[in-house]
Amino acid sequence: MTRKIALAVAWRSIHNFLTNPAFLAPGILFPLFFFTAFAGGLSAIASAPGFDFDGGYTAFQFVFVLLQSAAFGGVFTGFGIARDFETGFARRYLLAASNRGGIVAGYAIAALVRALITWAILTAVALVAGMEVGGNGVELFGLYGLAILVNLAATFWAAGVAMRVRSIQGGPLMQFPAFLILFLAPVYVPLELLSGWIHAVASVNPVTALLESGRGFISGDPTLVAAAFAIAAVLPVLFAFWARGGLRRAEAAG
Amino acid sequence: MIVQLARRSVLRTLRQPAQIVPALVFPLFLLAVNSGGLKDATNLPGFPTDSYLTFALAVPFMQGALFSVMNAGTDLARDIETGFLNRLALTPLHGAALLSGLLAGAVVLGLVQAVTYLGVGLIAGADLAAGIGGALVIVALAVSITVAFGTIGLYAALRTGSGEAVQGLFPLFFVVLFLSSMALPLELLQTDWFHAVASVNPVTYLLGAFRSLLIEGWNVPDLALGFGIAAAILAIGMTAASAALKTRLVRT
Repeated sequence: MTRKIALAVAWRSIHNFLTNPAFLAPGILFPLFFFTAFAGGLSAIASAPGFDFDGGYTAFQFVFVLLQSAAFGGVFTGFGIARDFETGFARRYLLAASNRGGIVAGYAIAALVRALITWAILTAVALVAGMEVGGNGVELFGLYGLAILVNLAATFWAAGVAMRVRSIQGGPLMQFPAFLILFLAPVYVPLELLSGWIHAVASVNPVTALLESGRGFISGDPTLVAAAFAIAAVLPVLFAFWARGGLRRAEAAG
Repeated sequence: MIVQLARRSVLRTLRQPAQIVPALVFPLFLLAVNSGGLKDATNLPGFPTDSYLTFALAVPFMQGALFSVMNAGTDLARDIETGFLNRLALTPLHGAALLSGLLAGAVVLGLVQAVTYLGVGLIAGADLAAGIGGALVIVALAVSITVAFGTIGLYAALRTGSGEAVQGLFPLFFVVLFLSSMALPLELLQTDWFHAVASVNPVTYLLGAFRSLLIEGWNVPDLALGFGIAAAILAIGMTAASAALKTRLVRT
């Protein structure tokens, strides 16, 4: 039964964003734009002394944008949940579903499908732009595996906020922390080249391990694999509890 | 009448922390992150300064101007949605005067932003080669650009009559900002197409005017170009907004 609920919710969400360009376009265009601006506009950074990433600057930035789009795929799904509460549709879900966890699972499936579409386009654009891929199939599977876990974590985070606030006005609350934690990681250069406060913050930011591991995968030089997957596996579990709390609040609100 | 309208616009801006706080915090956050993350760019041959913070300090002024588009446009859209603009249409106020009054809030916001960005930047260790006089010119340029961009927000609001549509412009302006010499000087943009786009993007030259004062001192051609572009955007934006205002008032 839970599976049926999840699939029904997922289908409706997927249908909504695939048939409405206003919902689909931001999720696809934003990562492409960031990729273009960073990989195109900052390529000279790769010539800075000490920048020793093997895969080239395009691949270096691709990993950041991939993980960013994973996170924002979840956040945009949170916007959809908030919208469903504003229109009253989510209350119908709550009334109709025997297992309400299936509702959250359905949104998570929709977020993943949304992210997969974005990644397919982003990867194609990056390859056309000349991205060097040094990693083998297993390593690339590791990279996209990390992205899937980030997407799941971000979806649960945004769902938790959306079900507590139950209004699209909660959008900045979903978006800003994701934006903050992503940009406080080594976005433009490797961690070793950062200095001062940004180095201190990036050193303890869990996203740093995800980024460094992802960059290792794409260049064929895996690094921090265990740490990255441990972090990427723990985050969805933690945020699942957060989302469950949000669901309870939404149920209590009626 | 125009003074009352300007007063209303200023008070309305100052009474909305949701407009002021993001316009101050978001650009400063990006300044902090970028000046830390891109510090090594100063080691590239040809980079004009050894302080990336000084180089990057020009960017918040442009981001502040983008917020001005959103704020000016959203406020006017709300006036359209609530019918306030229709009531104004009953007064003998000239269209251009009405729009100027509506921009008073953008002037104040631009002033607050410019002083804050410059103050925070200097406290954080940025250089100001042009000295105190340069600081005044930076504030004047920032306010000019903020007002010029504000007219685009007014135009969008008058054309669409929707705050949501005005908000939708934000990504577009963000793209224009990023496809410029925002992160590296024009000469160091290695990707051909990116260099070509940045070369024709007016934002590159607006940034150049700020940077000339911060890094070089007094560079009159760069400053004239910056103020000239701001004046051109203001003229085009005001003309377009006045025409859109006429159309909207006829429509109502």
